[in-house]
Amino acid sequence: METVIQLTYLLSAILFVVGLKRLQSPATARKGNSLAALAMLLAIIATVLETQILDWTWILVGIALGGMIGGAAARSVEMTAMPELVGIFNAFGGGASALVAIAEFLATPGIGASTTGVTILLGTLIGSVTFSGSFIAFAKLQGLMTGNPITFPFQNAFNALLFIAAISLGAVTLGVFGSGDPQTLFYVFCTFALILGVLLVIPIGGADMPVVISLLNSYSGLAASAAGFVIGNTVLIISGALVGASGLILTQLMCKGMNRSLANVAFGGFGGSAGVDRSEIGQRPVQSADAEGVAAELGYVNSVVVVPGYGLAVAQSQHELRKVGDLLEERGVDVKYAIHPVAGRMPGHMNVLLAEADVSYDKLYDLDEINDDFGNTDAVLVVGANDVVNPAARDPQSVITGMPILDVDRARRVIVMKRSLSPGFAGIDNDLFYMDNTLMFFGDAKESMAELVREVRELA
Amino acid sequence: MGEFDLMTGLYVFVLATLAGREVITKVPPTLHTPLMSGANAISGIAIVGAIIVAAKAEGTLQVTLGVIAIAMATINVIGGFMVTDRMLAMFRKR
Repeated sequence: METVIQLTYLLSAILFVVGLKRLQSPATARKGNSLAALAMLLAIIATVLETQILDWTWILVGIALGGMIGGAAARSVEMTAMPELVGIFNAFGGGASALVAIAEFLATPGIGASTTGVTILLGTLIGSVTFSGSFIAFAKLQGLMTGNPITFPFQNAFNALLFIAAISLGAVTLGVFGSGDPQTLFYVFCTFALILGVLLVIPIGGADMPVVISLLNSYSGLAASAAGFVIGNTVLIISGALVGASGLILTQLMCKGMNRSLANVAFGGFGGSAGVDRSEIGQRPVQSADAEGVAAELGYVNSVVVVPGYGLAVAQSQHELRKVGDLLEERGVDVKYAIHPVAGRMPGHMNVLLAEADVSYDKLYDLDEINDDFGNTDAVLVVGANDVVNPAARDPQSVITGMPILDVDRARRVIVMKRSLSPGFAGIDNDLFYMDNTLMFFGDAKESMAELVREVRELA
Repeated sequence: MGEFDLMTGLYVFVLATLAGREVITKVPPTLHTPLMSGANAISGIAIVGAIIVAAKAEGTLQVTLGVIAIAMATINVIGGFMVTDRMLAMFRKR
């Protein structure tokens, strides 16, 4: 029986990897997700067979409760709110792993300076930091607290001290040096870990959320791995490692997309919109057009590339945008969508919004795939994006120097749909707005897009 | 798993990380949000640990912690896989 159980765990681990591999193409991804779900089911079955469960009552209560909440959240969440959902799910993942470690500590009195003791502390630390940090990230995304960085003097030094204090407390808890009531010391240790999670996320601004949410995703995996070490379960270690790797890869991609180092995002206190000199912004003349003019610019050309940004998600106008795309295609225009890695509030967010609006996924291009095409593009329509199309990134003197941008200024005509000339998160003016081939289409994205649908429809 | 060995665990962890890296690097940017919510679901694997600690829990405190852990992990498992499926169903080629 033991062998059957272990082989079931192994099969589960294999299916997790195969399931993730199927995510390499949109055509096979859905099946891959189902395989991963099957892997989870197998792991749970193996656990139930392995564990002598005398009383099912509370276990079933927990599963029923979690299943209802999770199911309701998954069904009702708006696609625009995916970052919030992933944020809160990160918290639950970290929290569950931390509780496993904590329960194991309580179940093992007089644990002392053993391997198990160290893994329990590690699991508790990572899980708790993930839990409280993710809650703060969720609160920032949800607008429950300010999206601007919250900083105070000597913040990083204070955090470092708190971290060292937590580790020392852990050592005392295990009786490595000093003595005291392990239980009480352990609770203080947990509290320190929770506070640390809060303090690590509050100085990070709203615009850096794609990085934070990816990093916390990674932590939630590491927390699961740590819990696996605590209870000596291989499938937990493997799945946790897979999630850890996934989150880390996304974190690196997001940092690259913003041309920032992880250290700079985590400790720099950037990413807000406060404290930038805006006196010169919007002082230069621009050319603007109304919906009728924009429709004419888009409707009589061969190729149009649409660049959607976070503003599109805020205005919820992705469905109108798709209608514009459809109408243009009916007129024989080649329409593509160019998506910057950090467009939106989490990796790939814009792609999901466009997929929801029924844009075919083979029309969605990422930065590397499309950047060389802009020189041959007749018209670009920028909707609610700013910093990611700012040619200042090529200027060595600019604060966004080196940030990868979509080279839309190389197209024959650029139309920027925007409420005003106000700057993006980087807080700097965008030279694109003032170029000879640029037309500004001012207005609320939702209304402007609806007008544009009407005007394109009326073109001869 | 009484004979669990820390070193073996480390080997498993490192090799799984490397395998994950190989597989996930090739996930296209267009699927990064479903990748993340799918990863959320997989990190709900903590449910395995939660069931094990809940099964041997003694006293109100341990039972309570176990049940909360199971509930939180189940939210991730059910919610994560369902919302990922919902999203992936939207990715269509026309």
